[in-house]
Amino acid sequence: MKKFLTNKSTFSNYMTYAGVVIAFIILTIMGEAGGLSSTMKGQLVPVCAYVVMALSLNLTVGVMGELSLGHAGFMSVGAFSGAVVASALQQAIPSDGIRLVIAMVVGAILAGLVGIVIGVPVLRLRGDYLAIVTLAFGEIIKSIVTNLYIGIDAKGLHFSFLNPLEGLEAGGRMIMNGPMGIPGNTKISTFTAGFILIIITLMIIFNLVNSRSGRAIMALRDNRIAAESVGINATKYKMMGFVTSAALAGAAGTLFGMSQNAIIASKFDFNTSILVLVFVVLGGLGRMWGSIIAAAALTILPELLREFSEYRMLIYAIVLILVMLITNNPGLKNLFGKLIPRRKGAAENE
Amino acid sequence: MSNTNKLKTKMVPVPSHSIVPERDVDKSPILECRHLGIDFGGLHAVQDLNLAIGRTEIAGLIGPNGAGKTTVFNLLTKVYQPTRGTILLDGMDTSGKTTVQINKMGIARTFQNIRLFDNLSVEDNVKIGLHNQNTYSMATGVLRLPKYWRTEKKNHERALELLSIFDMQDMADMKAGSLPYGAQRRLEIVRALATNPKLLLLDEPAAGMNPSETAELMENIVKIRDTFQIAVLLIEHDMNLVMNICEGICVLNFGQVIAKGTPDDIQANPAVIEAYLGKKKEG
Amino acid sequence: MLTFLNHFINGISLGSIYAIIALGYTMVYGIAKMLNFAHGDVIMVGAYVCFFAVSAFNLPPVLGLLAAIVLCTLLGIIIERLAYKPLRQATSLAVLITAIGVSYFLQNAAQLLWTSNPKIFPDFFGGIAIKMFDGQLIITLGTLVTIAACIIIMIALTVFTGQTKMGKAMRACSEDKGAAQLMGINVNATISTTFAIGSALAAVAGVLLCSAYPSLVPTTGSMPGIKAFTAAVFGGIGSIPGALLGGILLGVIEIFAGAYISTQLSNAIVFLVLIIVLLVKPTGLLGKQIREKV
Repeated sequence: MKKFLTNKSTFSNYMTYAGVVIAFIILTIMGEAGGLSSTMKGQLVPVCAYVVMALSLNLTVGVMGELSLGHAGFMSVGAFSGAVVASALQQAIPSDGIRLVIAMVVGAILAGLVGIVIGVPVLRLRGDYLAIVTLAFGEIIKSIVTNLYIGIDAKGLHFSFLNPLEGLEAGGRMIMNGPMGIPGNTKISTFTAGFILIIITLMIIFNLVNSRSGRAIMALRDNRIAAESVGINATKYKMMGFVTSAALAGAAGTLFGMSQNAIIASKFDFNTSILVLVFVVLGGLGRMWGSIIAAAALTILPELLREFSEYRMLIYAIVLILVMLITNNPGLKNLFGKLIPRRKGAAENE
Repeated sequence: MSNTNKLKTKMVPVPSHSIVPERDVDKSPILECRHLGIDFGGLHAVQDLNLAIGRTEIAGLIGPNGAGKTTVFNLLTKVYQPTRGTILLDGMDTSGKTTVQINKMGIARTFQNIRLFDNLSVEDNVKIGLHNQNTYSMATGVLRLPKYWRTEKKNHERALELLSIFDMQDMADMKAGSLPYGAQRRLEIVRALATNPKLLLLDEPAAGMNPSETAELMENIVKIRDTFQIAVLLIEHDMNLVMNICEGICVLNFGQVIAKGTPDDIQANPAVIEAYLGKKKEG
Repeated sequence: MLTFLNHFINGISLGSIYAIIALGYTMVYGIAKMLNFAHGDVIMVGAYVCFFAVSAFNLPPVLGLLAAIVLCTLLGIIIERLAYKPLRQATSLAVLITAIGVSYFLQNAAQLLWTSNPKIFPDFFGGIAIKMFDGQLIITLGTLVTIAACIIIMIALTVFTGQTKMGKAMRACSEDKGAAQLMGINVNATISTTFAIGSALAAVAGVLLCSAYPSLVPTTGSMPGIKAFTAAVFGGIGSIPGALLGGILLGVIEIFAGAYISTQLSNAIVFLVLIIVLLVKPTGLLGKQIREKV
């Protein structure tokens, strides 16, 4: 117990779990009691999905130290594969919950596989070159998904690329329709599912970071040459971090997709990747609770700013620039530090 | 504090003998380089290097700035692949091996410009050195299976034990990047030792240290050799250190060996004096 | 064969526009070591300025272009002063996010000012074209002007960075800012100048882009911006001839992929080629290979 309190990172991890559980309980009670507007209720699952996206990207950017600009691509893979699986299993498995779990597992595995395919070339590059290639892969995934047609009939699933699918048997139906995506999606994601996914994600990331593999990943981030000199296989551990991150993003994608009436590929473009990156950087690199708060706040903020309607994105942009300037410029930081008295010792805890 | 005392008592294997062993180079060297060479473009950075190091020898690699000493280390650890020649480690050919494989085969090193994992704790830095000693899979780590707890406990104890060589147990929770310079150099040695090497390469271990720190370091290098029964090859500009603890010395200039021998041989060698001080004018 | 040639010429023309944008990207990257994601949006602003100068104030196209250049140069300097200069010491990621913020700001400001209804950019070249082989091979005046502009800019930049005092200061700063400062170079002024030049090039690119693809909306600049960035990386970021080569190749590949493989997949193919190039040459076609000193 003494060790538990003295170890800063363990303490912060448990506080993060506690915070998520408390937020879940409060929001659930508020939802039951009618204390949440319908817009807010509709935002609960997407917020969970973006939180998981931010956490998983923080694994790549914060823990691995590699800039990825194509994270939405993995979300896209998860959203579409999960939705196709859920749709195909509609008759076979009537329970929404079980179907969602299967969809998420499939979404995570497929996104992880795509992560392996992308990781092999990407992780050989460094710095900004790596970033631009992840961006390129994100756009390639978008193009591929946009041109994919999937239908189902008595014989099973049918796929077509670029050309609309023809020749489905009577009683068959289209699931995925190229540029139109998945128009008629059955929403089966729930806030509880989102909460559980966040907890699982946190457990995977925290436990990974505090294990042999996680230390190897962080060693490569801090000093690749030194890490190799003590026998750490760079490719293996970079891949491990990248694929874990991709799989978690895939699960987040399934969660998100299954909360929407329609899913289209252009939703998961470069801008979404950037949006998630903004959550991660504002929340703090490697700081998981920061990612959770930033993702939740910045997903809800545009909704809250709705009364400013057309000005809201402009305000968002200005807030973003100001926050970056204030937190990263020593002069401005001191100025604001004087205006907002900080809790004593807060600085040391960071 | 009682904690650290307990650890000290069961420190690293007790020295079998603290006297300097006889030079065992010719019997069966741990490391042997034959006609080793590398070119950078047209420059022969290292050429025709022949070198053998005994199993428990402390050897020195010296030479003026730019002589190619660190390049030799980079060749031995395969940061660079040699253009010519072979390196035998414990009799095994290392050609085609990677840095990671070389470390697993038994060479560990420190760096001239310190390379620690700055954002991680001192203890974690050592644990990363233990990476290939006590292993478990990623799944075991993520699911925190019993093996995870067992191995991590072992890692923690071993890390503190290794840190105790330099009396650094109390710094275990500090960030490596925030350590004073001398402590960073020592931590690099501990991290290298954690990989359980047969040959330890030290690149300017005394750089930036004051005389009393250097004296302590000299003792510790000898102690490390005696307790772990390993070979040490060091690059150093501090001649006091080199002449006092090295049993064999190799002098490099412009990428070529200009002298090899015991400290006494080297001190008397005219070619070495010339390389360091320049040629005396005739007449 | 003639269709092939037509596509080729179109590719060179589009590639020239990418090259002009990529030159701006590459110069800013070379000196400030930052991915300036707002660069694409400066293109859009330049196009709007020219559009209004010509359609609302009835200025001749040349003055419209000049107005765009002047305003974009100012915009570039202001952005650098307000958003990037305070972050000189910050991490590159912090600067990247700020650049993204600036990009959002410009796009949304444009949307408020000019709405998201597309503006149809006027055709400055009056449809004049050289027709050969019974009209099977068409080279428009716009194409010729675009290619000529690209060549002139390329030569001017090469002379500027190679011969002038400011150009040399730029190269010094891109090698080592600290050392440049010790040699008495005003680093801040040099970075500002680089942004000014980059933004002026963006204005030219914006006008040429919208002359070729007339539909102008607040997000017009973002995709060409990303692609030009790709082009700069493709050619070796930081290298001026690299940006030219990357831009032209990218344009040609995009047009050919659209014509002979699939229009839906042309972007994907462009990015795929980029990935392959980087795998073979990790620092781009003409990029410098830097070996980390151990």
